[in-house]
Formats: sequence, structure tokens, C-alpha cells
Amino acid sequence: MRVSMDIELKDIPGQLLLALNPISELKGNLISVVHHHEKRTPRGTIPVQLVFEIDHEKLNTIISRFEDSGVGVVRAGEERFLEHGAIIMIGHIIHTDIQDTIDKIDSTGFAEVIDLSLSMPRIEKPSSALLKIDAVGKKEMNDAMSLLKTVAKEKDLLVIEPIDTELM
Amino acid sequence: MKTIRASIIGFGAVGQGVAEVLLQKDENLKNIGLDIKVVAVADSKGAAIDPNGVDLSKVLIKKRTEGTVGSEKLTGLEVITNIDHELVIETTPTDIDTGGVGLPNMLAAFEHGRDVVTSNKGPLALKYRELAEIAKENGSNFKFEATVGGAMPIINLIRDVLAGNDIISIEGILNGTCNYILTRMMEEQASYEQMLAESQELGIAETDPTYDVEGIDAACKLVILANSIFDMDATYKNVDVTGITKITPESLMLAQDDGFVVKLIGEVKKDLIRVGPRLVPVGHPLAVGGTLNVASVQTDLAGTVTITGRGAGSIETASAIISDVISIYR
Ligand SMILES: NC(=O)c1ccc[n+]([C@@H]2O[C@H](COP(=O)([O-])OP(=O)(O)OC[C@H]3O[C@@H](n4cnc5c(N)ncnc54)[C@H](OP(=O)(O)O)[C@@H]3O)[C@@H](O)[C@H]2O)c1
Repeated sequence: MRVSMDIELKDIPGQLLLALNPISELKGNLISVVHHHEKRTPRGTIPVQLVFEIDHEKLNTIISRFEDSGVGVVRAGEERFLEHGAIIMIGHIIHTDIQDTIDKIDSTGFAEVIDLSLSMPRIEKPSSALLKIDAVGKKEMNDAMSLLKTVAKEKDLLVIEPIDTELM
Repeated sequence: MKTIRASIIGFGAVGQGVAEVLLQKDENLKNIGLDIKVVAVADSKGAAIDPNGVDLSKVLIKKRTEGTVGSEKLTGLEVITNIDHELVIETTPTDIDTGGVGLPNMLAAFEHGRDVVTSNKGPLALKYRELAEIAKENGSNFKFEATVGGAMPIINLIRDVLAGNDIISIEGILNGTCNYILTRMMEEQASYEQMLAESQELGIAETDPTYDVEGIDAACKLVILANSIFDMDATYKNVDVTGITKITPESLMLAQDDGFVVKLIGEVKKDLIRVGPRLVPVGHPLAVGGTLNVASVQTDLAGTVTITGRGAGSIETASAIISDVISIYR
């Protein structure tokens, strides 16, 4: 599972390493560390946000290891996909291995195809599909869209992506 | 009163629209101190010439009844070169491969120190920089609001009204034919081929629709914006273009079920010029239907400004031409 965790570190050297060690020791995969050195909690500690992947049953071990070494765990939860997107593909979607197209997105780790609606008028006619994609953030969503466009180009599929509505 | 001697080169839908508007607005123009005297009109077969001012109503009738504007055996280029006047209104057909007759026409106009107002995209999509430089060297005005978005103001809006802003991007629907076809496909759940046929019957699409439906027309308009607003040196070959011919009615239904419409969207910003079908949320300012054009201009100071209007039509396009003319001489 993908976990996002807010922790607090004492403002003395070596604390970040103390926090990261248990993750690698338990074969977790660290995805991002945001270290708010300029921010300070009222307790004088430094807030840090971690995102990592870990087997579900190991999460509690990590939390207790943190607490044993004096790293405060403020919040721990399964990472949520915050960005929701949709994209349309037209062409010989099935024949060009739809599973492979979806796997390419799912294997990124930061985005997933969560829904697929397919419309096939007749066997020899091009079919149309709407894929719903979730991603952990905006940048990841853009990366997933670009990846999908590259795959679609190789497979000669037409891709209709959303306009950038951020700007409005 | 300022008298401006003008020629109209190309007397089809747009050229005739200009003549009609000049007749209809003669008094308004005189009220702002402008007397636009058309001294020559040319089509592909001949010309009507009168240094004291061609009678535009007569020329309109002659064109409609006899198929040509006059019996003078002068080409448009000869009119531009040999007849004394200040302003060339260039409305010959767009040719994006060679620039068509419009290119030599505009070059000749500038070489003779004349101003040019045009609706013809071809020369601008191919040789914008060269034309702009020659115009400048000769002290000529060069205005082309009608080339992008027909009556919808965009170039002058950005250059004049939004002056002082940095333009970050322009994005929108710049081809009314594609917009009509996609809108109708969605409404009728009909195929591209069916709705293309309908729009050809209605005169919205041409007999050979390639130029519109493959996104080339929109690409040329983006190139004009890229060159004139973003100071790029692009031709339509630099544009990443996808048209609408492969769009299925099923895909439009899937989009609709998810709260989107599909539109052929052109987009230009630093280092990127592209045209392709895109998903636009229902209710978004760019989600206009029918043959309308729309553009969103993203600026640093004013934020996003969106305009919509009629992208084609004889009188509509003439409106953009007249406003260019007025802005030069007022
Ligand atoms: N129609 C619109 O709504 C619209 C909107 C925006 C921009 N535009 C652009 O405006 C321009 C004119 O469009 P339009 O719809 O008026 O086209 P059009 O109806 O085809 O008219 C073109 C005119 O140019 C004349 N012509 C052709 N070759 C010529 C030559 N060598 N010398 C002089 N005249 C010549 C034609 O003569 P004949 O009459 O003898 O054939 C015709 O009168 C095009 O570049 C088009 O892309 C049009």
C-alpha cells in the first residue's frame, strides 16, 4: 500500500536518517520526502511529510519503530489519489491490447486506470473508449496523460485529452 | 475629411461584403472624418476602375448578374501596381501551399507604399515575417484581424485593448465548420460522414472540406497568432495537427456521459502550437456550439479573457476588415 505520513523531527542532526532507516529496513519504497525546515511546530520540532510504499502488515511496525526512536507520528494514512482525469481513445483498442495500455499506466505507481467504458459499434469499425485515471498529484496526472499519448501513438489510436482547465 | 483611395482585390463573399458594408456605413464613416473611395475592384476575370470612385452598388449587381466586376482587362496585381491609391483590401482565395495570388499582391502593395488590410490567411501563414518587414521598410500599415476568427476580435484586442499584458497562451475554437460538425454529431448521435454531408448541404462546409476538417485552417490561424502575437517565426508546417475525421459518435456519447463535449481546440503558447480534438467540460467558456468561434487569452495582468463570435460569413468578415481600415486612418 502507499502510505502518506506526517512526522515531526527534533531539531538536531541525524534525525531524518533515523526516520528513513526503518522504511528501507522493512523493504519499503520511499517515494517522496518533504522537509519543512523553515516551518517549526509550537513544540520546536520540524514537520516532515513522507510518502512510501510498504506491505500493509508492516505499517504498525514502522510506526512503533519511529516512536521508539523519538520520531513523532502525527498522522499516517493510505495515500489518496487526489487527481481525477478522463481521456478518450478511438481506434482498434482491443486489437492493440487494451490490457497492455492499462498496465503501462498502472505500473507507474503514481497513476491508475480506475474505469474503462468501451463502445464497439461493429467488429471492423473503430471502437471508442473512455478511461478514467486517478493520480496522486497534478504533475503525475500530466505524466500519465503523456505516457498514454505515447502508447496510443505507437498503436495508432486517436487520443482526446482534456483541455487544461487550471488556467480558467 | 480624409479621403482614402482603396482597391478591393478579390470580389467573392468577403470582397462583396466589404462593398456592402462601405455602402451601408458611408455616413458613419464620414461622421468620423473618413471618405473611403474605392477606385478599383478586381476579380479573377477583370476589373472595374474609376479614379473618381467606382459605383459599388453597380459593381455588386454586375458581379451577381454577369459573374464579373468589369470589363477592364487588368489583373489584381496590375491594379495594385499601376493605379494610384493608399489602401489595398486583399480578399483573394487562401492558398497555404504557395501563398496564392495574395502573396505577390501584398508584396507589390508594400513596394508601392500602400497599406494592406486582408482576410487572406495564406500569405501570412507562410511568410508572415517577410511581409511584416517589407511593410515596415515601406512605412505601410498591415492589418489582418479578419484572418483569425472572422468577426471575433482577437488580434486587435490583444494588441490594443490588452496592451501592456504579457500573453501566456491563446486557446480556442478557430474553425466554425468543425465546431458545427462536432456539435451536430453530438446532438444527433450521427456519424462524421452524415454531419459533414449536412454541413455541405447548408454551405457551412466546402465541397472539398479537407482544409477545415483536417485542422489545417485552424493551424494557419494559430500560426498567424504565433507570429503576430508571440513573435515566433512559424509556418503551418510547425503545427502539430490532428483533425476531426476519425471522431466517432460513440466517443462523443462517452464524453457526454462524463460531463464533456469534444471540440477541435487550437492552442498556442511559447514553444507549442497544436490543433486537435480535446475534451472540454460542459459549461466551460470554450464549450460553445454551432459554428461559433471562441478564444481564451491568458495574460499576466488581466487574467484570462474569453471572446466568442462568428468566425466566418460575408458581412461578419467585412466587419473585421472595416474595423482594421478605421483603425489605420482615424
Ligand atoms: N468567407 C469567409 O467567411 C471568410 C472568413 C475569413 C477569411 N476568409 C478569407 O477571405 C478570402 C476571401 O474569401 P471568400 O469567401 O470571399 O472567397 P471567394 O468567395 O472564393 O472569393 C475569392 C475572390 O477572389 C477572386 N480571385 C481569385 N483569383 C484572383 C486573382 N488572381 N486576382 C483577383 N481576384 C482573384 C475570385 O474571383 P472570381 O469571383 O472571378 O472567381 C473571387 O472574387 C479567403 O482568403 C478566405 O480564406 C473568408
